Amino acid sequence: MRVISEYRDPRQSPLQTLVLHVEDKPGVLDRVASVFRRRAFNIASLSVGHTHRPGISRMTVVMEGGAAEAERAEANLHKLINVLSVDNVTERPSLERHLALVKVRCNPANRREILQLCEVFRARVVDIGPQALVAEITGSDSKIEGLVEVLRPFGILEMARTGAVAMSRGKQASEQGSRPGSGTASENEGSTETSNRAAVRDRISPPVIERVSLLSEDGRSLTAAR
Amino acid sequence: MSQKTGAQIIWECLLKEQVETVFGYPGGAILPAYDALTQYRIRHVLVRHEQGAAHMADGYARASGKVGVALATSGPGATNLVTGIATAMMDSSPVVCITGQVPGPVIGRDAFQECDVTGITLPITKHNYLVTRAQHIAPTIKEAFHLARSGRPGPVLVDITKDAQQESADFDWDDIEVRLPGARPASGVLPDELQQAVELINAAQKPLILAGQGVIQSGSTEGLLQFVDKTSIPVSCTLLGLGGFPASHPLNLGMMGMHGESWVNHAIQQADLLLAFGMRFDDRVTGNPATYATAAKKIHVDIDRAEINKNVQVDLGIVGDLRDTLLQLNEAVDECSHRQWNADIEEMKGDSAVRDIQTLPDNGRLYAAHVINDIWNLTDGKAMVVTDVGQHQMWEAQYYKHEFPRQLITSGGLGTMGFALPAAIGARMACPEGEIWVVCGDGGFQMTACELSTCAQEELDINVAIINNGYLGMVRQWQEFFYEKRYSATPLRNPDFCLLAQAHGLQTLQARTRSQARESIAKARRTQGTVVVDFRVEQEDSVYPMVPAGNCLHDMIRRPLEENPLVETAQSRW
Repeated sequence: MRVISEYRDPRQSPLQTLVLHVEDKPGVLDRVASVFRRRAFNIASLSVGHTHRPGISRMTVVMEGGAAEAERAEANLHKLINVLSVDNVTERPSLERHLALVKVRCNPANRREILQLCEVFRARVVDIGPQALVAEITGSDSKIEGLVEVLRPFGILEMARTGAVAMSRGKQASEQGSRPGSGTASENEGSTETSNRAAVRDRISPPVIERVSLLSEDGRSLTAAR
Repeated sequence: MSQKTGAQIIWECLLKEQVETVFGYPGGAILPAYDALTQYRIRHVLVRHEQGAAHMADGYARASGKVGVALATSGPGATNLVTGIATAMMDSSPVVCITGQVPGPVIGRDAFQECDVTGITLPITKHNYLVTRAQHIAPTIKEAFHLARSGRPGPVLVDITKDAQQESADFDWDDIEVRLPGARPASGVLPDELQQAVELINAAQKPLILAGQGVIQSGSTEGLLQFVDKTSIPVSCTLLGLGGFPASHPLNLGMMGMHGESWVNHAIQQADLLLAFGMRFDDRVTGNPATYATAAKKIHVDIDRAEINKNVQVDLGIVGDLRDTLLQLNEAVDECSHRQWNADIEEMKGDSAVRDIQTLPDNGRLYAAHVINDIWNLTDGKAMVVTDVGQHQMWEAQYYKHEFPRQLITSGGLGTMGFALPAAIGARMACPEGEIWVVCGDGGFQMTACELSTCAQEELDINVAIINNGYLGMVRQWQEFFYEKRYSATPLRNPDFCLLAQAHGLQTLQARTRSQARESIAKARRTQGTVVVDFRVEQEDSVYPMVPAGNCLHDMIRRPLEENPLVETAQSRW
C-alpha cells in the first residue's frame, strides 16, 4: 500500500499555502470550500481552528497549483464577505506543521525498538497497551512521512493526520493580509506579469479585524446560512 | 421603535429601501408575508412561474439601475428562481430574492417543501442568508440591499423561516448599522498606476477601447465620451456594453467578439494598446485567448479584483470604480488625433458593406436583420429593447443602434433563453414611460410564454417581436457550420403564436414580407397594450460574421458573397 499522502507530495504537484481569517459563523467553511470547488482548484489540505480573537477562525488551505492559481483563488476568496483576510505564505519565511497520531502494533519484544525510533523522530508516545502503542508527532510533512515509513514494518493499525497549519515567521501577522513591501512572490520571480499580480493583490484595503470581536456577540447573528 | 411581526418587517424594510414593485408567487412558507402585504402600498406583480419573477426583478434592475426584488415560497418556489439568480449573477445585476423557508424547528427534517436553498444558491449569489428569528430580518435585508448594489452588483438571497415571519420583534431601521468587516471596497486608481496608464496611452499608436457593462453600471458614459473626444481612441462595445457609448459616435466601431464586425476584430488583433473598461474578457469576446491581441499592451479597469488576469494577462490592472478612474484619466492624458489608426480601421471595413444582409434586395422573403432594422427605424432608435438569447439577439445587437445606456437588456453571460419576456415586464415596471420592444426567438419565447398572462393581468404596454424561423436558430447554425447540417432536435413545430396570445386576451399581428413587417411594427406601436407580432422570417439564415468557438478572433466565417446579386457590381469597385 502506498502512503496515504501520496497526492500531497510537493515533488508531484506544486503546492500553495493560504492562510485565511474568517468570521466564525455557520456555513463559512462551505463558502470557502465552494470557491475552490467551483473554480476547479484542488485542496490538498484544509484545517480550521479558533484564533485568540473571539469570533474569528483561522484556516490554512494548502492548494495544488502555481502562483497564478493561488492568486486567482485569493482574489475570489476576498469576495466572500465572511473572509477577513487571505494571505499566501508560500514564498514567505513561514512555519508549517502537521500533526499525526499513529497506532502501531507492538509487543514487549519489539516495544523498545519502536520507542527508540519514536525518540529519533521526536514523536511522543501517548498510549501504550499490551499489543499496540500510539505515537503523536508534529512537524513537517516529510518528517511525519519518515516516521510512518519506519513504523510500517511493525504494522500500522490506524493513523489520523491533520492538514497543515501555517504561520509566517517574525513580527508580521498573516491576518494583516499582503500589502506593499510584505515580500511577495514577485520578488522571487521578478517578471512584470507577476509583479502586476502582486500590485493588483495589494489593491485591497486591509481588513478591519479589531471591529469583528465587537460585531458578533451573537455568533449566529446575521449570516446563518447552513 | 415599534413591535412588528417578521412578515411586516419584511415590507417595512422594502419600503425603507424605496422598493415600489416586487415580483413574486405565493405559497405556504411565505404566506405570512403575503398576508401582511395587504397592509402595505407596494405593487406586487403575480408571475406565472418563479423563474419569471427572478428575470423580472433582473429586468427591473437593468432598466432602472435600482435593486430588483423577487419573492417566492420555500422549496420548489425557491428552486424555480435559480435560473434567474444565475443569470443576474453572470451579468452583475443587483437583485434581492426573498424566499420563505419551513419553520426553524423542522429544518433538517425534510419537511414539506423544505429545501436547502442557501446551499443551492451559494455559488450563484453574491451572498445569501438564512434568517430564523424576526429580530434578524431587518439587519439582514438592509445588508442584502447594500451588498446587491455596492461594488460589483449582484444577486443576494434572503431565506426567512415561516416562524420568523410570524413572531414579533422590534423594528427600528435607522438603528441598524451595516457592518461588513470582510467587504473591502476597491481603493481606486493609485498615483503610480495613473502615471503608468497615462504613459501607455500617450505612447500608443493603435489604441482601442473595449467598453463593457461596467461603463453603464458605474455611470461612466459621460466620462467615456470626454475621454474619447480628447484622445480620439476608437471604441468597441461588448454585448452588454452596447448603449454605454452612443452608436452614432463616429469613433464607435460597434460590437466586438464572436459576432462582432470583422473589421472590429481585426482592429483589436492589430491594436498596440487595449483599454478594457468594465468588461471581463469573456471567451465570446476573445476567441482563443492565446492568440488574442498579442501585439497589444493591456490596461484593465474593473471594480472586481478577481477579474484582473482571470482570462487575459494584462500589463496594468486597475481595481476601482471606472467613473472615478476616467475622471482622473481625462485630466491626465494628452490630447491626440490618431488619424492614421482610424483611417486604417476605416480601410479594414473592406467588403463588409456588401456582405451585409441589409444590402440584399427584396427577394420576397423576410430576413430577421430587416425586421430589426425596421424596428430601429420606426422607433427612431429610441425604444428600449429586451432580447432573448440566440440568433435574433445577435442580429439585434448588430442592427439596432443603441444610443444610450440601459437601452438594451439582454442575457449575456449565462445566455438564458426565456429571459426576454419576463425581463421586459420588469423593465416596463421600472420605466412606465417610453417604448419597450421584446425581440425573441420562437424557441426562447416558449420557455416563458406563460408570462403573457402576467402582461394581460397587469395590462402592460409591451411590443413583442417573435423572430420566428421554425428552428432553434443558433443551434441550427452551429449544426450547419460544424455538424454537416445534421439538424438534430432543432426544428420546432410551433403553436400559432397569434392564437396563443389571443387566448391571453392580447392583440396580435403577423408578417411574412418586408412591407408587412413594416406595417406590423407601425401598427403595434400605435396599439395600446401588449401586442405580439409573429415575424415569419427566412428559416435558414445565419448570423455573420462568426468566430467559431475557440478560434482566433480574426479567423471569421463571413457571409458568402454569392448570396447577394449586388456583389458583382460592388466587387468591381474594390
